[in-house]
Amino acid sequence: MTGEQVIFLIVGAVTLIAGLMVVTVRNLVHAALWLVATLFGVAIVYTLLNAGFLAVVQVVVYIGAIAILFIFAVMLTRRQAAETGASVNPNWLVGAVMSVLTFAGLVYLLQTWSGFSKQAAAIPSGFDAINQLGNALTSPTGYVLPFEVASVLLLAALVGAVYLAFNKK
Amino acid sequence: MNEWLYVGLFFIVGLIIPAGAIGAGWLFGPKKPNPIKQSTYECGIEPVGEGWVQFKAQYYIFALVFLVFDVETVFLFPWAVRLGQLGMFAVVEGIVFILILVAGLVYTWRKGMLEWA
Amino acid sequence: MNFWNDPLKVAADWLTGIFTGWGMPSVGANVLVAFLGVLMLITILMVIDIFLVWIERKVVARFQDRLGPNRVGPFGLIQPFADIIKLMIKEDTTPDGADKVVYNIAPLLSMMSVLILWAVVPLAPVMLGVDLNAGVLFIIAAGSIGTLSIIMAGWSSNNKFSVIGAFRQVAVMVSFEIPMLAVLLIPTIFSGSMGMNAIIQSQDIWFIFLSPLAALIFLIAAIAELGRAPFDLAEGESELVSGYNIEYSGMKFGMFYAGELLHAFTFGGFWAIMFFGGYRFFGLEKVSPFLAIVIILFKALLGYWVIMWVKYTVMRIRIDQMLAFNWKFLTPVAFVLVMVTALMNALLRGAPSWLFITGMLLSNVIVAWVSMEFVRSAARQEREKVEGLKQVAEAHH
Repeated sequence: MTGEQVIFLIVGAVTLIAGLMVVTVRNLVHAALWLVATLFGVAIVYTLLNAGFLAVVQVVVYIGAIAILFIFAVMLTRRQAAETGASVNPNWLVGAVMSVLTFAGLVYLLQTWSGFSKQAAAIPSGFDAINQLGNALTSPTGYVLPFEVASVLLLAALVGAVYLAFNKK
Repeated sequence: MNEWLYVGLFFIVGLIIPAGAIGAGWLFGPKKPNPIKQSTYECGIEPVGEGWVQFKAQYYIFALVFLVFDVETVFLFPWAVRLGQLGMFAVVEGIVFILILVAGLVYTWRKGMLEWA
Repeated sequence: MNFWNDPLKVAADWLTGIFTGWGMPSVGANVLVAFLGVLMLITILMVIDIFLVWIERKVVARFQDRLGPNRVGPFGLIQPFADIIKLMIKEDTTPDGADKVVYNIAPLLSMMSVLILWAVVPLAPVMLGVDLNAGVLFIIAAGSIGTLSIIMAGWSSNNKFSVIGAFRQVAVMVSFEIPMLAVLLIPTIFSGSMGMNAIIQSQDIWFIFLSPLAALIFLIAAIAELGRAPFDLAEGESELVSGYNIEYSGMKFGMFYAGELLHAFTFGGFWAIMFFGGYRFFGLEKVSPFLAIVIILFKALLGYWVIMWVKYTVMRIRIDQMLAFNWKFLTPVAFVLVMVTALMNALLRGAPSWLFITGMLLSNVIVAWVSMEFVRSAARQEREKVEGLKQVAEAHH
């Protein structure tokens, strides 16, 4: 086993445990903090894949913005709501079975893929992922349209959020 | 070797050294807790109610607006890196991208969501 | 290659030789050497941090027409060590009802989020730390961890003041992240890279001359990110006593305090890297890496001094003013500046450098002037509204 594999196994295990804690702890702020740990674990997995840009974006967007949003949302509630109340609903067994089935299905699908057991090819030297990404996002033969549509999507999200908040008042 | 290994080392050492400093403080400091000392500080009078404060919904709105702009600006970085080698087309693309989002900011502003009230 | 030209490599090679000589595998030896290097850098940073306390106290004293520490040692130089001993022998209290684990992790994360920033700081042309190709975004990512540590500290202390302080601080930090991200696009556009070293290398002309407005917006956003005056409403001594760190004592408080000073110094360094050529100073950096380190630390110190200057000159602002200033002024201006810079960069490509500089500078001046005109007219409307209300009130009398 190489050093990277050892790190991957440790990080993977910690990420999974943290993910499990998110759905099982009773205190909502603790759940949000465990979620941060999970997201950070995913960021480390990105760095192991040499996807540094993605890892940094993961931290900036998910930990810096989405986790903060979660914690703000929790703090808007009253303490009783955040710390008491059942943390599972009666359908949890069905949910667990479904997620196990989905995972098994994914593993089965991946097993039929030829690249599953192969070592990834080494990244050629001088390869700059951000440059490639910038090219892909801006060249007319690349992903210009999705790039602009992403902007419209974000606009829609903003307008929707403002509309909801406005109506509540 | 993966350059992120060094960043990982920074994370680890960056935790060890402050932990060492706090550990030294724990070692040398007195430990004489008593109920009055342990009570939370509210300018010397006895704490009223619990420490949990319910917040204005306004914090949440600002966090939402922030989230949208955060994601948008992150999208712009690969564009900015390549800008030197690309033509006018790419510049216009980026400007359209920003303008669509600025329209969102103007909408939020007009709806009065940026007021702290 | 001798020690004078590339000390880090010479030292690393020497140490790796020793470790492999002991029968260690070369990968293990490399990792161990890297670990020792990081340990050394962070230790030096902590020592610098100690003297930052002295500098801060001395400078604030001068601003307030006092002498500052001058009893312990020459010029009070030993004062910060006395401070540390005091912090160390203080009792480490934990308030009732605190969330112990979160409460203890928060100061560690706070300090770590500052220390990891130095992973991407290029100290000299041959001493880069890690030259990440996403270096610019790394600053923001580390800031996210800092934001999180403040929420954790405020929430876990089980104190109303600390929760309010933490939330104000987080609102400031996340809001000002947007203009900061936007102006960080500008050095990226000029240099065609997000790596710190590439940004420094492409500054044959310092970027401050190309985009002074971007430098100014970066400074303002950095001060807000640091939570220093005029954006220190999270501490708000007059109403919140000390904000998110109110329940912390001893060395844990020391971590927040030292973290804030080092953070300010670090952002002085980033200001220098982005807009003032980093370790470059008329070719002096090529003489020796040691000289380059002196240059960048001096520039970082100057940036730190500017941040202190602002802190001890300007009054604290309210949260509504702060948010309005950010979302209604700074963010739109930053985005307009990005658009104008991108456009000018494309239009002036291939132009002689004097034309490029003049064009960029002119576009900056125009953006600044137009935005000031907007502010002026908004202020006029506001005044007229207030005047109108006054007249209505007087008519009722």
